Amino acid sequence: MSGSSGNIMKGSVHMNSVRRNTLGTPQPGGRLLSAGDIVILIGLAVVLYAGLRLAIPLPTPVIGPEINLSASALPWYALLSVTRMTVAYFLSLSFSLVYGYIAARNKSAERIMLPILDVLQSLPILSFLPVVLLSLSALLPQGFAAEIAAVILIFTSQAWNLTFSFYQSVRTVPGDLQEASEIFRMNWWYRLRHMELPFGALALLWNSVMSWAGGWFFLMAAETFKVGSRDFRLPGLGSYLQKAANDGNTTAIVLGVLTLVSLVVLLDQLVWRPLLAWAEKFKIELVENDNPPTSWFFEVTGQSRLATGFTSRVVVPIVEALDRKFGGSFKEQFAPTTNAIPFWRKALRNGLLVLVAGVLIYGGFRAIQLLITVPLSGWGEIIVAVLATGARVAAALIIGVLWTVPVGVVIGTNPRMATLLQPVVQILASIPATALFPIMLLVLVNLPFGLNAAAILLMLLGTQWYVLFNVIAGASALPQDLKDIATMFKVGGWLRWKTLLLPALFPYLITGLITAGGGAWNASIVAEYTEFNNKTYTVTGLGAIISQATAKADYGLLLAGTLTMIGVVIMLNRFFWRRLYRLAEERYRMD
Amino acid sequence: MANINGNGVKNGQELVKLSKVDKIYGRGERATEALQNINLTIKPGEFVALLGPSGCGKSTILRIVAGLIPASTGSVLYRGQQLHGVNPHTTIVFQAFALFPWLTVQENVEVVLKPLGIAPAERTKRALSLLDRVGLDGFETAYPRELSGGMRQKVGFARAMAVEPELLCLDEPFSALDVLSAESLRGELMELWTSGAIPTKAILMVSHNIEEAVFMADRLVVMGKGPGHIIADIPVNLPHPRHRKERAFLQLVDQVYGLIVGKTQTEAEELGAAPGEPGKVRGLPHVQINAISGLLERVNEEIADRVDLYRLAEELHETLNDLLPAVEASEMLGFATVESGDLSLTPLGQTFAEASIQARKEIFAARIKRVPIIRWILTKLNQDEDGRLHWDDYQDELEEFFPLEEAERQIESAVSWGRYAELFYFDDDDDTLFIEKDPVASADGNGSTPLGEPEQEHIESSKP
Repeated sequence: MSGSSGNIMKGSVHMNSVRRNTLGTPQPGGRLLSAGDIVILIGLAVVLYAGLRLAIPLPTPVIGPEINLSASALPWYALLSVTRMTVAYFLSLSFSLVYGYIAARNKSAERIMLPILDVLQSLPILSFLPVVLLSLSALLPQGFAAEIAAVILIFTSQAWNLTFSFYQSVRTVPGDLQEASEIFRMNWWYRLRHMELPFGALALLWNSVMSWAGGWFFLMAAETFKVGSRDFRLPGLGSYLQKAANDGNTTAIVLGVLTLVSLVVLLDQLVWRPLLAWAEKFKIELVENDNPPTSWFFEVTGQSRLATGFTSRVVVPIVEALDRKFGGSFKEQFAPTTNAIPFWRKALRNGLLVLVAGVLIYGGFRAIQLLITVPLSGWGEIIVAVLATGARVAAALIIGVLWTVPVGVVIGTNPRMATLLQPVVQILASIPATALFPIMLLVLVNLPFGLNAAAILLMLLGTQWYVLFNVIAGASALPQDLKDIATMFKVGGWLRWKTLLLPALFPYLITGLITAGGGAWNASIVAEYTEFNNKTYTVTGLGAIISQATAKADYGLLLAGTLTMIGVVIMLNRFFWRRLYRLAEERYRMD
Repeated sequence: MANINGNGVKNGQELVKLSKVDKIYGRGERATEALQNINLTIKPGEFVALLGPSGCGKSTILRIVAGLIPASTGSVLYRGQQLHGVNPHTTIVFQAFALFPWLTVQENVEVVLKPLGIAPAERTKRALSLLDRVGLDGFETAYPRELSGGMRQKVGFARAMAVEPELLCLDEPFSALDVLSAESLRGELMELWTSGAIPTKAILMVSHNIEEAVFMADRLVVMGKGPGHIIADIPVNLPHPRHRKERAFLQLVDQVYGLIVGKTQTEAEELGAAPGEPGKVRGLPHVQINAISGLLERVNEEIADRVDLYRLAEELHETLNDLLPAVEASEMLGFATVESGDLSLTPLGQTFAEASIQARKEIFAARIKRVPIIRWILTKLNQDEDGRLHWDDYQDELEEFFPLEEAERQIESAVSWGRYAELFYFDDDDDTLFIEKDPVASADGNGSTPLGEPEQEHIESSKP
């Protein structure tokens, strides 16, 4: 669920950095699947295998928490959910700053770190949830294990695009600024504080907004995860809504949804909008923005004594202390440095390499042993499941395109409508579809094809916004002169779509669909197997296989299902989406 | 000019001494030489200007002196000592200002004092006094984006002076400004420099504006390209303030123009060799066909059929570097010759200037078939069975002679020339160059243009 949605409000700088996130930087002329990728995939298999090994002694029934549906419990649940989000977000942010900075600054580290990041960011993260939950529950007390698993899950949904954004920023600091920082002898700290962080701030912030919205989706999934007698739920807004729907308690449903929506709106108004308005000053363009993001809250706090007092009493002294600690003066930095790597470091590096290779080979071998336990019929089921889930994903994407393209064009080509509807759409997009899933079930589950419909609906609700955002962005980027020409030559109807709108929207549509596609596969984990009213509902699908294997403690099948999911999504990205993306880049670019 | 405040530096000792400096980019077969055998000294009190066509390596020399990039071979001494890493006695004023957009004017100046370990109060004091000196008081809290280009560069100067450099490096500092702002900023810098109000002992300025260099500098170091080398080192012995209309001033400008534009050489030398042939491969000048025909038409309007390039540049409000590619292309194609800063049309050039659109294409096609890179592209296409070759087939081979980006630009220019001449075409969808293989449109050189023969004579007769 990471990717490009917020970019719509911004110029091309962020567009680029956000767009590239989804697919990484395709190497010109590089192969679609390199040896490095395969090593990384083996590494993932080994990690998954190790997690499952840990889970083997886990007792089958896992007892979950009792969820209280009274209104007075709601603030507490909301607080719990927000706390998980906050912890995960700050973890992600710290991780991305460190990882992104090192990858951008150190050439040899970059060669390893970037391909890893590239694979990680296209992973269907939810497919990891069962393995993470099982292994942590085997190690830690149940409630605590579920908490950690939720945070890890949110972290993995947020960290990669933040990291990529910061990496890109550090790499693309304009050359003359870098030269200036060198000639004025700034050390790493001053460069980071005065150049790289400010330069990256805006992209980092837009990606944070998206990551945060994506995080909700995964938090809700983590809070409500229950398979068979293994109840991994967590007390929070997600489990509250689930129980409310389960019990058919309309009051609780309304209260829960209201709380969730107001939480999303509040965070948008009190945290993200002000931050975006503040970050406007980090724009690199030397021209004023006609229509900068504004925030009433930012303006209010800007004038308040409390806020300015906080800045001068707390922020400034901290930064000055950091300057004293890391700033140093230039003399010490200019001792001649030797480029030779000492012997022991070489030895250490080689030793490490051998160790990693050993672990990969041994772990890979054991993972294959576990996979062999899956009977042929199991693999047959997996293939059918891939096709079934693939069909659902395709259906969700097609429905998404069918309604978002016309609506997006109407909004995007009409500036007044855009300013009016944009914030609404953003809020709608931030409401996690996973939280609403139990409510969809309540309505749909007893209809024919009910769960199928609900699954597609969940995929659609979770992903259509990415498409819509990008279509709006594409439509509003349509040059006026092209529209005028089309009108002048009376190019209307289908011809107008064929010659003007669709080609112009194509790159944007692809960008949106890539993100949406990844998200839809993710959603299958929660959508295809669910428990409602003490009954288990499943449809054929890869998500169902993973959930069922978790319930039945069939670890071979679980590993096979999870690896298949990872493989399918990565292959689709590399062989399908990336090609379309290149075509879009080369053929249908506007500039 | 008489700016000798030699504290710390012995009289006559050089600040900078480059001996036999080469700069090579890339390695092995792909290595390309950017600078060749550069010897340059800068003494205290001197204002040295580096001049030359685009791509001659002026900025590279400036960055070697500043220690931002190392020389490949040769020695780089500062005050007699070998330079390692960034030169702590210099600073740079950048062409595009290189200000931090998120810092205010005052913060932009203060921030460069931090690495020097200067206390906050002192930083503020120095920043304010410098901003005052360059006339920016009142703008301390403004952000760079709120300022005009001229004012931004004033911040650039204030920032550079804040670290009190012994040697001030200026990297085309006025070229991003409008004419009037540039003029006033030049005057202000000269005032600070000649009055000795700043502790700077020497200035090294890269410029592509010859007049500006003659106006400001004590010495003009003129460079040529392919690879970058020093052609001439000319002292400017005019007293400050200088006047642009003075005879001595104009003569000097004309002299430098002549040096940079050079003199049209024999056809063989103008064309160079094709890739794979013995001899030096000469790149195509990167210029649009319209610019060539525009130049020729313009000169054709002159009564004397020849024009002083300096005057022409001034009339067109362009610098010499903007004109040079079109001039070079005209020389290469035999449309014009250049000598001592004057350009004159050959009879062929006149014919071209007066011809119709279609005739122009034919003349152009006939001429560019002699250009080695074009000839090489055509030969390869003709040898290919389908007459289609991928861009990379050419790029790979050209990278032996040019750096990667230049190799790319060479093909781009060749494609744009080839398309105009309808000699060969480019398919953007699959990145291939192709020719039409039917005999009528074949590009075999003979008979496709009625002007094939006479051209030869034009060239002969136009050589002085």
